[in-house]
Order: sequence, then C-alpha cells, then structure tokens
Amino acid sequence: MNFDALMLEMAVALLALLILVADLLMEPGQSRRKLGYLAIAGLTGLLLVSLGRYGMQGAFFNGLFLQDDYALFFKQTFLIGAILVCLFSLDTVDNLPHSRAEFYVLLLFAVVGMMILASANDLITLYVGIELMTFSFFILVGYVLCETKSTEAAIKYLVLASAASAVMLYGMSLLFGIAGQLSYNALAKGLTASPALIVGGVMVLSGFAFKIAAPPFHMWAPDVYEGAPIPVTALLAMGSKAAGFAAMVRIFAEVFPGTGYPWPLLLLLLSGAAMLVGNLAAIPQTNLKRMLAYSSVAQAGYLLTGMLSGGFAGVKGVLFYLMIYVFANVGAFAVLTAVSRHRNGETIGDIAGLSRKAPVLAVVMTVSLLSMAGIPPLAGFVGKFFLFSSAIDAGYLWIAVLGFVLSMVSVYYYLNVVKSMYLGAPADDRPFEIAMPVRVTAVFAMAATLAMGVYPGPLSQLAETAAKTVFK
Amino acid sequence: MSFPVLSTILFAPIAGAAAITFLPTTAGSTIKKVSAASMGISFLLSLMVFFGYNWQTGGMQFVETLTWLPEMGASYSLGVDGLSAPMILLTALIGFAGVFASWRVDERPKEFFILFLLLVAGVAGTFVARDLFLFLLCYEVVVIPIYIMIILWGSSKRVTKEYAAMKLTIYLLLGSAFLLAGILMLYLNAYPAGARTFSMEALAKAASSGALSPEFQKFAFFFVMLGFGSLLSMWPFHSWSPDGYAGAPTAVSMVHAGVLKKIGGYGLIRIGLLMLPLGFKFWAPLIAAFGVANVAYAAFIALVQKDMKYVVGYSSVSHMGYVLIGIAAADVIGINGAVANMFAHGVMSALFFAMIGHIYHATHTRHIPDLGGLAHQMPRATVGFFLAGMASLGLPGLISFVPEFTIFVGSFKAFPLFAVLAIAGIILTALYVLRVLADVLFGPRRSEWDGVHDLHGADWVPLVVLGAFLIGFGFFPSLLMDVVNSGIEPLTPLLVKIKTAATLWGGL
Repeated sequence: MNFDALMLEMAVALLALLILVADLLMEPGQSRRKLGYLAIAGLTGLLLVSLGRYGMQGAFFNGLFLQDDYALFFKQTFLIGAILVCLFSLDTVDNLPHSRAEFYVLLLFAVVGMMILASANDLITLYVGIELMTFSFFILVGYVLCETKSTEAAIKYLVLASAASAVMLYGMSLLFGIAGQLSYNALAKGLTASPALIVGGVMVLSGFAFKIAAPPFHMWAPDVYEGAPIPVTALLAMGSKAAGFAAMVRIFAEVFPGTGYPWPLLLLLLSGAAMLVGNLAAIPQTNLKRMLAYSSVAQAGYLLTGMLSGGFAGVKGVLFYLMIYVFANVGAFAVLTAVSRHRNGETIGDIAGLSRKAPVLAVVMTVSLLSMAGIPPLAGFVGKFFLFSSAIDAGYLWIAVLGFVLSMVSVYYYLNVVKSMYLGAPADDRPFEIAMPVRVTAVFAMAATLAMGVYPGPLSQLAETAAKTVFK
Repeated sequence: MSFPVLSTILFAPIAGAAAITFLPTTAGSTIKKVSAASMGISFLLSLMVFFGYNWQTGGMQFVETLTWLPEMGASYSLGVDGLSAPMILLTALIGFAGVFASWRVDERPKEFFILFLLLVAGVAGTFVARDLFLFLLCYEVVVIPIYIMIILWGSSKRVTKEYAAMKLTIYLLLGSAFLLAGILMLYLNAYPAGARTFSMEALAKAASSGALSPEFQKFAFFFVMLGFGSLLSMWPFHSWSPDGYAGAPTAVSMVHAGVLKKIGGYGLIRIGLLMLPLGFKFWAPLIAAFGVANVAYAAFIALVQKDMKYVVGYSSVSHMGYVLIGIAAADVIGINGAVANMFAHGVMSALFFAMIGHIYHATHTRHIPDLGGLAHQMPRATVGFFLAGMASLGLPGLISFVPEFTIFVGSFKAFPLFAVLAIAGIILTALYVLRVLADVLFGPRRSEWDGVHDLHGADWVPLVVLGAFLIGFGFFPSLLMDVVNSGIEPLTPLLVKIKTAATLWGGL
C-alpha cells in the first residue's frame, strides 16, 4: 500500500485531531486563539511540503485514489484558502459564545473532504469526499446556535444538500448499472450510449451543479451565504466550488468522452444559465453576502466555459481562475468581516463611507470586486482570458461573447459597492478598529491579486502542468 | 541598452501615484507638486520623443522589448511610429495641463491625484504598446479611475453625476466586451496554437499573408468596430459622452475628450485597418455614414444646449465624425487628416474644458443664459476660450484648419456625398461656437461678475502650454503633418490592395 499518496489528507486530519485533543487540555474559559495559530502553522507547513510534490504520480487502493499534479494543484488551492480563512477568522472565533476550538477542527475536516474530492478516481471515493466536506459545512453554517438566520441557513443547506446527494447517488447507481464498475477507468470503457446513461449522467451533473451553485441548483447559495458566519461563507464560496470543479473536471475528462453522453451541450446550457442568472440576480441585492452569492453563481458560469473545450487549455483556465478566485474572495470577505464586526451587518449601507474610515480596506474591497469582474491589470482578467479564449478556440464563440458582456454588466453591481464606500457618508462616527490578522489577510490577498494579474506567468505554467496530467 | 524613454513616460505617473500614497491626506500642496513633477517628466520626454522622432526614416522608433508572458506570446514591447508619436505627446501634454487645471481640488486631493496619474499612465500605455495584450491591459485600466473620479469630484447638473459616471462606464465596458471578443478571435485565428502571438506587427503580417479569410475579417472587424466606435462616441453609441463630460471634474473631461476618446480612432487604424484590412474596407461605408451622423446630429444638438460643458461635449462628438470619415476614406490623405485632427481636437477640447472649468469655478455656473460679458472681468480666460472656439470652427492659422481640410480632400474621392454633408457641418459648428462665445464672453458688462477672479497662478499653465500648441502647429502644420505622414505613408500598398475589395455596398 502506498500511504505516501495520502500523506496530505492524513496530515490535515491528524492536525484536526490534535487541535481537538489540545482543546480538552485547555481551561474552558481560556482563549482558543493559540489553536487557530496552530492550525495556520500546520497548514502552512503542509503547503510548503506540498510544493515539493509536483511530478509525483501515485495511486492508492487499486486506483480508488489518485495522486497527481492536477490533484496537488487543487490541494494547494484548498490549503491556501483554508490558511487565509483561518487567519481572518481568528477574531470571529474568539467572539463565538461556545465551542471555539471545534470551529478549526470542522474547518480542517471540510478541507480533508475537498482534498479527497480532488484525488477521487472512483465514484465511491468521490461520494466519501463530497459527504465529508458537506457534513462539516452543515455544522459550520449553523455554528452560531442562538442566531436564527444561521440556523435557518444550516437547515436549508442540510435539506437541499441531502437531496442533491441523493440524486447524485442515484445517478451513480445507474452508471454502475451500465458499466458494472465504479472506478473511472473502468467506467470509461464500460459505459455505452443508452437512455440510462443520459439519465445517470444528468443526475451526476446536477449533483455537481449543486456544489458549484449553477442554476437551477443555485437556490441555496444566497440564503446559506447570508446566514453562515462570514469565514464559513468564504470557505463555502471558494472551497466548495473549487472542490466541485476538481471532481467534475476529472470525471468529465476521463469518463464521459466517447460514451455518447452529450455533455458539451449540457455544460453550455449550464454555463449560460449561470452567467445570466448570477449576474442579473446580483444587481438588485443590497446585502453584500447575497450579492457575492449571486456573483459566485456567475463565476461558476465563467468557469464552466473552460470545461467546454474538453482540452487542457480550458482546464488550465479553470485551475488558474479558481486559484485567483480564492484571493479575490478572501479579500472581499476579510473586509466584510471587519465591517460586520463594526456595524453588526453587511449591507451596502453598512459599508458606506469605508474609504474615509479605513482607506486600505476600501481599496482591498475595490480590487477584489474588480478582479471578480475581470478588469485588468487584476488577476481576474487573465483568468477570464484563459477561459474564454479556450471556448472560442473550441468553436463556442457566443458563450464567450455572452461571458464578456455579462462580466461588464457585473461591473455595475460591483461599482455600486465601490460607490457606497467612496461616496456614501459613514453610518456612525465610532472609530473603525481593524484587527491585525484581518488587515494582513486583506492586504496579502490584494497583493496576490495584483501580482498575478501583472505577472501571471508562473501560476499559469503551474496550472498548465497540472491540467496536462488530466489530458495525457 | 539606451535610456528607456517610453517606459519612463509610462511609469513616471505611476511612480508619482505610488509616492503620493505615502503622503498624508492633508499634504495637499505637496501632493500637487509631486503630480506636477511626475507629469512634467512625462511631458518633457514626450516632447523629446515627438521632436526626436526621425520622420524621414519612419517606422518604429524608441523601441523597448522585454519578455513578459512568453507562453501566451505577449511581451512588454513599446515603440512609437508616426501614428503614435503625436498621440503620446498629446497624452502627456493634456496630463500635464490637467494637473494644473486641478490645482484647486482641495477635497480629498490624495485620492484625486493618485487616480488621475493612473488614468494618464493607462492612456499613455495604449499608445506606446506594440503588443496587443499590453494594449488591452492599459485600455481597460482607464475606465475605473474615471468612474470614481466622476462620482467623487464631479458635478450634477442635467443628470446626476452618479448616473453620468455609470452610463459612461457601462457604455465603455460593454464596448470593450465586444472589442475583447474581437481581439481574441483575431489572436486565435491568426496563427495556429503554439505559434500565437500578441505582437501587433506579427498580427498585421498575418492579415497581409492571407491567413485570415475575408469572411472572418468582416466578422471580427464588426466586434472591433463596436468597441472602438463606442469609445470614439460614434453615433449611435455616443450618448455617454456629453453626460459624462458634463458630470466629470475638469481634468477628467480634458483627458477623456482630449486623449482617451482618441484611443478609439487610433485602434480603428492600428488594429482595424492594419490587422483586419478586408473587414475594415467592408464596413468602411457604414463608419463613414455614422461619421456624417455624428457631425450633423451632434452639431444640431450642440446648438440648443444651455450648459457650456454640454456644448463642448456634443461638439466633441461632432468633431469625431470628421475623424471617422477621414479614417473610413481608406486613403493616405484622409487618414493623415484624421490622425492630425485627433491631435488638434485633443488640444482644443482640453483647452475648452480647462477654461470652462475655470469659469465654473469662478462664477459657480455653466448655464449660458446666466453668463455674459465675461471678457470685461476675465480677459485672460477669454483669450483661452476664444482660441479654443476659433480652433473648433477651423479658423486658418490655428491647429485644426489643416487637418480638417485634409480630411475633406481625402474623403471626397471615396465618399463625395458624405464629404459634402460633412463640410456643411462646419457651418453648424461655426453657429454653435460663435453663439457660445458671444453669449458667454461678449456683450455688456454684468455687474454680478465684477468680483470674480481671472486666471492666475497655476491656471496659466493649461492656457500657455495648450495655447502654444494650438498656435504653433497652426502656423507650422508640417511639424505635425510630417510625423503623421511618416506613419501613414507606408500603408499605401495596403490601401491600394484593398481599394477594390468588397464593401457593404458591393464593389466600388
């Protein structure tokens, strides 16, 4: 058995258990900040270790679990996301009324689930990863027990995610029924064109569409994003989406081509719907979390265009875009954490006048939002460039034109936030306190967004290497 | 390697903006001095580039190249030719004048000058880029600072400044969405995967070698035309422009009307004509027709405006019509005229906006019926306003006479009817310009304006530098025309080749 392939997952799980034990050894009233630092330090260490693991190919347990550059790239994306989220949630966790250490534990388990998804090479592994991630999120979303909104969001997420899992599982059972096998390699050989394949394939796709919040399976996103604590929302927005894409790209690249399943058409429809619904529904939102939820629906649409080409160029775009989306997202949510702590709300009115009270945060927010909109010289522009050029290259011109036009439409609602920050009068005169970790995270995220926009070379090469392992 | 002149022009404002971020918000006058110094460096170097450009040899000069993104075929490569040398001079000139026109910005000066310098750097980048990716990067950078500057320092009149800013932003960004799609198509189709490049020369070569089919060129050019057309305020995509200028603070109006718009005309030639020549030829009649619509329609609207800024806003839409007709003529003389006219209009409209800004600052109104007889109280501002007005109606001896004349000569062969209509537009221009001059500057002395101050201190700078070019290039047009011609003349073989190509109206 090749345990080395599982090294990162095991290490994160051990880190989580370590925190759980350390929590028991600490005084009940004591601050759990140290455990947060422990989580950050552990994850950073693993990130550094993982940098040296490119080019390692390994399979575990008869190919149920795959270790390759593609999976590694995603694992690094998750690790970076988790580190940054831990960093800016230190103060939020300190202020939780109960079970503070478990917050980090659950967060780490969610990350383990995502990592398994990136490596899944078998429908069962895939399902285990999805459930591990989703179960952790059920608890995290409803973490603040006395808050109705948070609890409501958790229930909604629980019911809808369970339904989505059931549908996906049913789809998997149909695929298994046709091929008699569960591993991707065997499925790719065993699946033949039949109505059952279409039904099963569509069901599996809808399960993924739920995870990446693509219409018509996006309804949960605005409510859950709004109700969940902000760090959880941030992780949900980037982690859940990235993990969904990680598993989806692999299954669409390795299983469905050559089986007669009309996946490009389905992805085309899904992508167009996501861009339209996300961007148009985001316009009237006044709650920034809801706005970001719809904007994340739109991002799913842009990302899906990268899968259309069915080649490594598009997948490279997907990988690149997900990585930079992490930074844009962290920037926006870190600022939102500070605003929400100050105002106890996160509407467009709460953020008014931010440029006078905290000019740095206002700049970070502007940069993050404009990167999501794809305005150069920010990283989002290069990401969209990769995605849409792969789609045009594969002959899907109009979806790219739609994407470009709708990205520019999205500037409208992003700029409304900018307008409120720069033009609006502050709602109160209290001095604005920014916790150091939040400031550090925000500025770091902005620097990364700018740096990868001006010099995307290294990241794009890394993404290309990773994408090529899926399209051999 | 020699001194990187163009990079310095490009990065001096960025360095200035970076320096300002470290200054305290209260250090207003230091901030302004830093801005003036960084724009001054750009301006001096751009003068050096323009007058140092050897128009007898022509071609790309002051070339700089660095590897940037080899896997995408994009490089950091700068250079100027006869087409871009006047444009980079114009950018730095107006940027420099703009800093002094904003000398009285006392509300949040730090943010204002940071954004302004970034804006100027972005515009400068589009003109010196020899790489399409760099061009796109700079092209889109400029929109966001403008938005923030309008909502923060703009003024609400007929429409609110928030509305004007959003309208301008959305129009330009939607235009750029089509432009991006068009350019991506061009990039992907010009060369096979692996050999793709954003180099402008290489892409122009792809078109001349026949790698791009006529059908593709027609299709892609339409996208490019939508993008650059809306930036150039081509009718019917022009309506953002008067609202935007009226809402914007003086310096933004100057840069926007003066140079930013010109990226549209520059792009139509540099990208449209050179990289998609058959598409250009196909759509040229439509561009000319829209150009005539610009000239006539906007001039009629300018006639009835009561707000000075709207008059100049519509007048700039109208003047862009001449540029469009000149470009669409697809003829060396016509394009020469169009490029020179872009320069002329830039200087003239920047001076116009600077003077309007001053009058507005002094009198707190731009409403023409409220003003009158200002020549009595503001003789210096009157000189500037009058110069700009006379240049606008094409008075011989000022900068825009020769370019406009050249456009008519060049376009008469290709579009006789349109040329005649456009020439008739000059009468309308004279009407609305003279009406504004008469109503605002002349007439009996009005006692309510007795206390207002005339140009003084920093206000002189825009008048002197812009006025110098207005008169200097008016008396010595060859200073401008020789440089421009050295960039357009080499296009003759291309223009001859597409002379008989199919157009929207069938063959010629």
